[in-house]
Amino acid sequence: MCAASRKNQLLDFEKPLVDLEERIERIRQLATENGVDVTDQLQHLEARAAQLREEVYSSLSSVQRLQIARHPRRPSTLDYIQAMSDEWFELHGDRRGGDDPALVGGLATLDGRSVVILGHQKGRDTKDNVLRNFGMASPGGYRKALRLMEHANRFRMPIVTFIDTPGAWAGVEAEQLGQGEAIAYNLQQMFRFEVPILCTVIGEGGSGGALGIGVGDCLMMFEHSVYTVASPEACASILWRDAAKAGQAAAALKITSWDLKELGILDRLLPEPLGGAHKNPLEAARTLKQAILENLSELDRLSPAELRERRYQKFRRIGAFTEVPVAAEG
Amino acid sequence: MSLFDWFANRRKADPLSQDQQEREIADGLWTKCDACGVLAYTKDLQANQMVCLECGHHMRVFSDDRIAQLADPGSWVPLDEGVQPVDPLGFKDRKSYRDRLKEAQKKSGLSDAVQTGLARLDGQPCVLAIMDFRFMGGSMGSVVGEKITRAIEQATRDGVGAIVLCASGGARMQEGMLSLMQMAKISGALDRHREAGYLYIPVLTHPTTGGVTASFAMLGDLILAEPKALIGFAGRRVIEQTLREKLPDNFQTAEYLQQYGFVDAIVPRTQLKRTLAQLLRMHQKPKVDGAIAPQDTPQGTPAALPQG
Repeated sequence: MCAASRKNQLLDFEKPLVDLEERIERIRQLATENGVDVTDQLQHLEARAAQLREEVYSSLSSVQRLQIARHPRRPSTLDYIQAMSDEWFELHGDRRGGDDPALVGGLATLDGRSVVILGHQKGRDTKDNVLRNFGMASPGGYRKALRLMEHANRFRMPIVTFIDTPGAWAGVEAEQLGQGEAIAYNLQQMFRFEVPILCTVIGEGGSGGALGIGVGDCLMMFEHSVYTVASPEACASILWRDAAKAGQAAAALKITSWDLKELGILDRLLPEPLGGAHKNPLEAARTLKQAILENLSELDRLSPAELRERRYQKFRRIGAFTEVPVAAEG
Repeated sequence: MSLFDWFANRRKADPLSQDQQEREIADGLWTKCDACGVLAYTKDLQANQMVCLECGHHMRVFSDDRIAQLADPGSWVPLDEGVQPVDPLGFKDRKSYRDRLKEAQKKSGLSDAVQTGLARLDGQPCVLAIMDFRFMGGSMGSVVGEKITRAIEQATRDGVGAIVLCASGGARMQEGMLSLMQMAKISGALDRHREAGYLYIPVLTHPTTGGVTASFAMLGDLILAEPKALIGFAGRRVIEQTLREKLPDNFQTAEYLQQYGFVDAIVPRTQLKRTLAQLLRMHQKPKVDGAIAPQDTPQGTPAALPQG
């Protein structure tokens, strides 16, 4: 990728950092060309860059994290699958008349162990995104996901899902084909499977479209991922009557991995390479794979009945309310 | 004044002057149909369950009306009334969530957007959950999720059918992801209810959208809807904006959903109790110690078999 287009994909808060890095690089080049020793100055500048990097990424706002979560170069489901699996065999079709490119899945082996992996698939560029519908799955996508999960359950393979969608596709055809029903049915069936289900938000977890493949034994999120009940833009336009208030909505909705850890929804937070998973996709993939394998070895100890009971109780507990005694009727 | 005089006076007063009309509508004596504009005497309309006597339009009713319309007199036993909402995120948009809750509670007299309870419908026992659109658009937060889950668990324990009257704009944004997760929680409870072999019927009333449609509204063994109710996953405006085209008038109506196979029957409100009672009765489990086991009867006569 050329420098100019890379620069276009920079997020606002990354600019001072990248400027500094470019300066360091220029000095290094000049020094080599002219045979001058600038080791001391370079060390100083590099220390400053490292410090700046720490500062920037440790104090990101919700909306800045949202930008990282939606970064066009953020690793996608297929990227992680390619990086993690020994073998990969993609499966296609919902057996109801379609194959949704926005939701991909298939058979993989991780350290020799067979699993079914499925997830939302965003595109790399505009053309790819048109094909993938920006990762917004149709009812057929959710039904394909269900088909693959049923397959995993039948052959006793763990189910691994990667969540990365702005939301389920909102369109006339999606309504006609029962978008609500497709998601609802997945929610119910995922409580029934007798194999471990591991769900990871790798980028953007958008509402019901995310949850439609998100009911599992363990919910993991990459550090800079977000998971939200409604997109901050939609929330802002409904509650603030002003879509420009999306930043405020993002903060109020508590969508970051830390927020969700605090709310007891997130089970495991996966650290990302400094600057986000897109700075070092292979490192991110290693983190993810390790977390998956560790979780599986824990869940392997449970019987199918225990697994299902534990999954039910995990969701049963979620919610915040108080309970006051009710006066008996006179 | 004799009854005849009263009628005569009433006729004289008809038609009501514009002023008087407005005054009496405000008093609640008369109600104007939102659809056909015909004025009806509110008491008559209430007797017809707020279904317009002229055009059959179903006007909005709330959870208390529904309980009166559905449950046999004296049969309603409320469940979990003490479950109250909190403000887990400290949410504030143009107003704070706390203030919105207080307002809604004052307006509706409810603690949150659903009432649950045990009831009998024409003698058929069931667990009933009724969402209330008055309370923040019937939105689903932790309390709605918890109360519906408990109601379904109760139905499973009691071995009775569960009925949920849906009326909701979807998940409640002010409780963030806690709201979204209620979709999963309720779906899990419904899975257990289903596995135990008991009936679940959601009744989709105006409007049923968003996260409610994408969970328990669509998970019925049987799905009923009220005429012309708006039912959908994505908002109509969202779809219009993305597609930049006008959508058909009947888009996302109960009739539209039935056409595409997602609703078993559209049942007018005036028939709803009878229909639900009938369906509950038809799904009663045959009594094991009754007709089915002839060896149990004295002298081994298959008494229960039809004669001739």
